[in-house]
Amino acid sequence: MTSTERDINWVIGGPQGSGINVAAETFAKALVRAGYRVYAAIEYHSNIMGKHSYYRVRISDADRRSPLGRVHVLVSLDEETLLGDTHHEFPAHRGHLHEVVPGGAVVFDARIGLNPGRDDLKLYPIPYAELLELALMEFGRQAERHRFRVVQNVIALSASAAVLGFELSALKEAILEGFKGRRAEAAGINLRAAELAYEYIKTHFADDFGYRLSGLNRRPERRPLLVRGVQAAAIAKIKAGLGFQSYYPISPATDENVYLEAQQRKYGFVVVQAEDEVAAINMAVGAAHAGVRAATSTSGPGFTLMAEGIGFASMTEAPGPVVFLWQRGGPSTGLPTRQEQADLRFALQPAHGEFSHLVVAPGDIEEVVFDSYMAFNWAERYQLPVIVLLDRHLAGAYVTAESLGLEALPPVDRGLFYQPEGTSEGDYFRYAFTETGISPRTVPGTEGGIFWTTSDEHDPRGHITEGAENRLKMVAKRMKKLDVAAREIPPQAKFKVYGPADADFTVIGWGSTKGAILDALEELRAEGHKVNFVQVRLMRPFPAEELKGLLSRAKNLILVEENYTGQLGALICEQTGISITRRVLKWDGRPFTQEELKEGLLKAMVAEGTVLASHLQG
Amino acid sequence: MATKLKVYEVKDYRADIDSDWCPGCGDFGILAAIQQALYKLQIPPHRVAVCSGIGCSGKTPHYLRAYGFHTLHGRVLPFAAGLKLANHGLTVIAVGGDGDGYGIGAGYFINAGRRNIDFTYIVFNNEVYGLTKGQAAPTLPQGAKTKSMPEANIQQGLNPIVLAIGAGYTFVARGFALDVKHLSELIARGIAHRGSAFIDVLQTCPTYNDIHTKEWYLGLDRPEKRPRLYKLEEAGFDPVVANPEDPEEVRAKQLAAITKSYEWGERIPIGVFYQVKLPTFEDRLREKGILGEIPLAEADLFRRDVTELIEALR
Repeated sequence: MTSTERDINWVIGGPQGSGINVAAETFAKALVRAGYRVYAAIEYHSNIMGKHSYYRVRISDADRRSPLGRVHVLVSLDEETLLGDTHHEFPAHRGHLHEVVPGGAVVFDARIGLNPGRDDLKLYPIPYAELLELALMEFGRQAERHRFRVVQNVIALSASAAVLGFELSALKEAILEGFKGRRAEAAGINLRAAELAYEYIKTHFADDFGYRLSGLNRRPERRPLLVRGVQAAAIAKIKAGLGFQSYYPISPATDENVYLEAQQRKYGFVVVQAEDEVAAINMAVGAAHAGVRAATSTSGPGFTLMAEGIGFASMTEAPGPVVFLWQRGGPSTGLPTRQEQADLRFALQPAHGEFSHLVVAPGDIEEVVFDSYMAFNWAERYQLPVIVLLDRHLAGAYVTAESLGLEALPPVDRGLFYQPEGTSEGDYFRYAFTETGISPRTVPGTEGGIFWTTSDEHDPRGHITEGAENRLKMVAKRMKKLDVAAREIPPQAKFKVYGPADADFTVIGWGSTKGAILDALEELRAEGHKVNFVQVRLMRPFPAEELKGLLSRAKNLILVEENYTGQLGALICEQTGISITRRVLKWDGRPFTQEELKEGLLKAMVAEGTVLASHLQG
Repeated sequence: MATKLKVYEVKDYRADIDSDWCPGCGDFGILAAIQQALYKLQIPPHRVAVCSGIGCSGKTPHYLRAYGFHTLHGRVLPFAAGLKLANHGLTVIAVGGDGDGYGIGAGYFINAGRRNIDFTYIVFNNEVYGLTKGQAAPTLPQGAKTKSMPEANIQQGLNPIVLAIGAGYTFVARGFALDVKHLSELIARGIAHRGSAFIDVLQTCPTYNDIHTKEWYLGLDRPEKRPRLYKLEEAGFDPVVANPEDPEEVRAKQLAAITKSYEWGERIPIGVFYQVKLPTFEDRLREKGILGEIPLAEADLFRRDVTELIEALR
């Protein structure tokens, strides 16, 4: 049995507003403290109340980076979680009951007359409302039953914990943490409801559930971090010396912005909520020109509005900003809360004209930290905008990690500065031609450092010119900074290779699919397949020569992407001439599960062509 | 170290570069007024950042000796906001045309008023898009037809003073490009005002606007040659809110300004329409403990200890 086969997938589902996220995150925290490793991620609609959402908590004894499709414990707060919305003309999903493994558990409201249509499940009907009523009665608060209806999430959670044999005391400790400050008055009812549900399982059902947490190795002595991408990016930005961040609210970037807003006082930087993304990018460009490390954070629709601002930052050789692009399902408004990797080509050419900028795509938490931090060094060193290309899956999925890797980060590099010798501006050329194309900058306010800049083509002093000779040199100056960056950026920031050198199949991917690829490859290797993985990280300047050497030596290439057209594949073809004929793609708005990807890769190994790897989850 | 008290002359604010505006352009008057205002206030050139949008007015920073940022069409205010918040020690002036500010940049014009960042925004209002050869701009009245327009203007002209007051600008004024002395006083007052100062400048475009010309503004077309423009301060108009805490006074002063702003045609007021002292955006950030006295651009933000943030994830 491979290690991933021991994993237990606990899934809770219900209408939005029913508290599934609180239940799942409480459980994840309790599990981590008890020494388990978890991967936890929500899937939800762009809706505030009522639509189906579900949260998967994958429990393991090693760090995982992808969701499992098969479910061992299904916890439902409503019937739709079990059976879907098949009564609709165009159903959104078929529920999760069919995803439960043989012998798996289903915890549900006893009021539902459930006919699962299969007899290999362990059914745990729980009288949610009655248990809640009991708890309320003990506190004399039956009159508030409507307000406390949401406590059913804790009842369902606790019942499922009892089924799994997870200690009640550890669960209660995590529940209690969620009721601090003004919410403290509700703690008693929640804890009592948890006890009643736990006891209900112990009294009414045999203790014979087949998937036990005891099958996993616990490491309670060393508590890992439970972290998601938005937090990792924000912390890295603070560490990098962020001075200014602007944004316009948009999923899934908002969480990063809100996290930063909460830290402004402590660390002394400014976050401005702009009137739109055009304003947001231009504020950030202004702040970068003023000499602070500036950033803005958005998703596809907002990034579309930022296009001209990115061109402007590049044209004026602003030392930034760093633009965090958290991809979601497109085009247009698309799938606002869902996963997709379809903005790679756009990030490479976001604005008109030819200009220099960097694009880097981290694939996991540690890389989110490294790239977010380094992006500021690169922006200032090369005086150009840097795009950190992330996605909703990285943004929202909680993973366990030993550390964020901050200790290993290189020092802050602010690039070249001009040191005025006198007070005369006569000698200073902001856009002086140099060997590297990088001209020493000054910070506005510096005596003797006055400069001009313009989005028009300009001369070395920064004044408008349409001269042909200047144009030739100025375009080349701006573009050759990319060559310098290509020479200086460390190899591990360009691409990484995982697995044996002599593989029969080489998987190529980028971004958060890294998680599912590594998890699936572990299984495939255990089954005897010789596979490795090349993760492309730096998209611009593209490491064409290095990759060409590597990929041309590979026996068979399989491209993995979460989009329709295979954008990285097209980029590789453009840059190296190598055409990848085996592809595993999906564009259903959900991240690859480990099983989908494994199956997809197995099919791709058999024949060339495109495999659509989608199990049509909820 | 002895502090050297340097006295700046007007020429210290002039860049060593020739302008490419049309002869007789109203922009020359506005440029001179900005230079004289900076000279009057004796702000060292290297402590000034002048930002602009796109159009003829967009070229203004190039002709000033100060940090100059010629940005994008309509985006000057967000740029200036980011620059000012990153270094609140600088004197920040934003300039742009009426198309730049009230057309493509209308959203930013309105939203900047909500913040009251301490900068001065000067709009070169000539009612036409000069650089693209004379199309109607947002302030051109409906039915007007300049010599370069094939058809009369089908859209309404807007009232920038009303918009500015509605948006929350704390200093709202109108100047005339060819009255440099008066305009430079207005600009100096705007710069000295703590908060967002907005100055709409009636600017002549001798090349494309043959309706609202220098002669028209000065009333040379009228038999009695009486200028259409008059100064609010000379007419006894009091634009200043004495007690910003008094909502009734604030409302009354705003309404008076709005009413005045609709005077057009026979008599056109210039001068300060409205002024109120309110906390700036920077003040509000300072109150929250977010912004310190040292501008962010000069602060050392690179020795942060994030241990607490990481421990919170366990």
